[in-house]
Amino acid sequence: MIRKTVANVQEAVDGVKDGMTFMLGGFGLCGIPENAIAELVRLGIKDITCISNNAGVDDFGLGLLLQKHQIKKMISSYVGENEEFERQMLSGELEVELTPQGTLAEKCRAAQAGFPAFYTPAGYGTEVSEGKETREFDGKMYVLEPAFKADFAFVKAWKGDEAGNLIFKGTARNFNPCMCGAATITVAEVEELLPAGSLDPNEIHIPGIFVSRIFQGEKYEKRIEQRTVRKLESM
Amino acid sequence: MLDKNGIAKRIAKEVKDGYYVNLGIGIPTLVANFVRDDISVEFQSENGVLGMGPFPFEGEEDADIINAGKQTITTLPGASFFDSATSFGMIRGKHVDLTILGAMEVAENGDIANWKIPGKMVKGMGGAMDLVASAENIIVAMMHTNRAGESKLLKRCTLPLTGVGCVKKIVTNMAVIEVTSEGFKLLERAPGVSVQDIVGATEGTLLVEGEIPEMNI
Repeated sequence: MIRKTVANVQEAVDGVKDGMTFMLGGFGLCGIPENAIAELVRLGIKDITCISNNAGVDDFGLGLLLQKHQIKKMISSYVGENEEFERQMLSGELEVELTPQGTLAEKCRAAQAGFPAFYTPAGYGTEVSEGKETREFDGKMYVLEPAFKADFAFVKAWKGDEAGNLIFKGTARNFNPCMCGAATITVAEVEELLPAGSLDPNEIHIPGIFVSRIFQGEKYEKRIEQRTVRKLESM
Repeated sequence: MLDKNGIAKRIAKEVKDGYYVNLGIGIPTLVANFVRDDISVEFQSENGVLGMGPFPFEGEEDADIINAGKQTITTLPGASFFDSATSFGMIRGKHVDLTILGAMEVAENGDIANWKIPGKMVKGMGGAMDLVASAENIIVAMMHTNRAGESKLLKRCTLPLTGVGCVKKIVTNMAVIEVTSEGFKLLERAPGVSVQDIVGATEGTLLVEGEIPEMNI
């Protein structure tokens, strides 16, 4: 067994520097690496490029890094719900590259799986395909999209073991598995870190080979963005 | 004239037994409330769930189970969770039978714009570009005109495009319209709306052939 455990978040993010490119898992605030983000905020590193589907909200998630002007560039598919983000984007302080969501996921997966690029129909004929190579297959047009290159991937899973094997919960899975092994160093934080052998190999979502470092997060706030419920009497 | 629920109710009639359906944010989300309960349908949300159920009861919300609108949801028997690449594999690979989404503009050639108003609103395309580029069965749910009263069914889109030549059918508060190679074709009128009203609210070419029936909802 190859051990991937590190003692804490400080050890987990060792090596992060100004100007690096990071992948961060999560959809909205669901399944985001809360502990790694908090540590990046504390370290105060600057000029970072973040590959993340969303940019958090004003006071949580990647919004915390935005508040401190640590992000130079965001690569995302949807960035609503964040006033500070909008302000920085419109004033030109923040560079933004909007990418279709499926393309974003596949650019991560391609990096993980060793594909330099792939063709997708998404964005053909729109400003997303401007300046990109396009090609026809069976009468339909496709856009060539390169794999991402990143220094660190920060992902969040539900359970993990010392070997770096991961299991995700619900829709907190989202981009997290696609980012594992897609950067030079993959840091996984989990709610519950278990000894090797505790997880059934049949149930593993991401094998430890894609994970460089694993640690148990100190706490998880798991904030809900849109709390929607129905009343009991509506049954 | 229909309200948002009326539009959703009419679109629900397009949902057939055995369909996997992706619902966009806004009016499309309401469609789930009106699908007949004697047919089997599974709703996909692109953040990674198939078999979406209704909102949870108060106190039963789970931060780890949301839809693409970031709302807390539940799952139904037979549901599954998956990662984002797999989710868009379902969409790109045409395994999803029907996509219902909103739009700011639709053109008579099937182009759609719904992600950006230059200088005003740039929230991003989310999964919309992937959905419209891949799905073969796309229904747009929207109001016929914008808040300023201007037609949203145009000869050519003026806003940055989300996809080209992809919309097949549009259901608005006034009409059901098919996109054909000759332009928009009027199929049905909303209750209390005349063909003349629809012609007046449609900027693009509108083909009107014979008697136009009123929607049956």
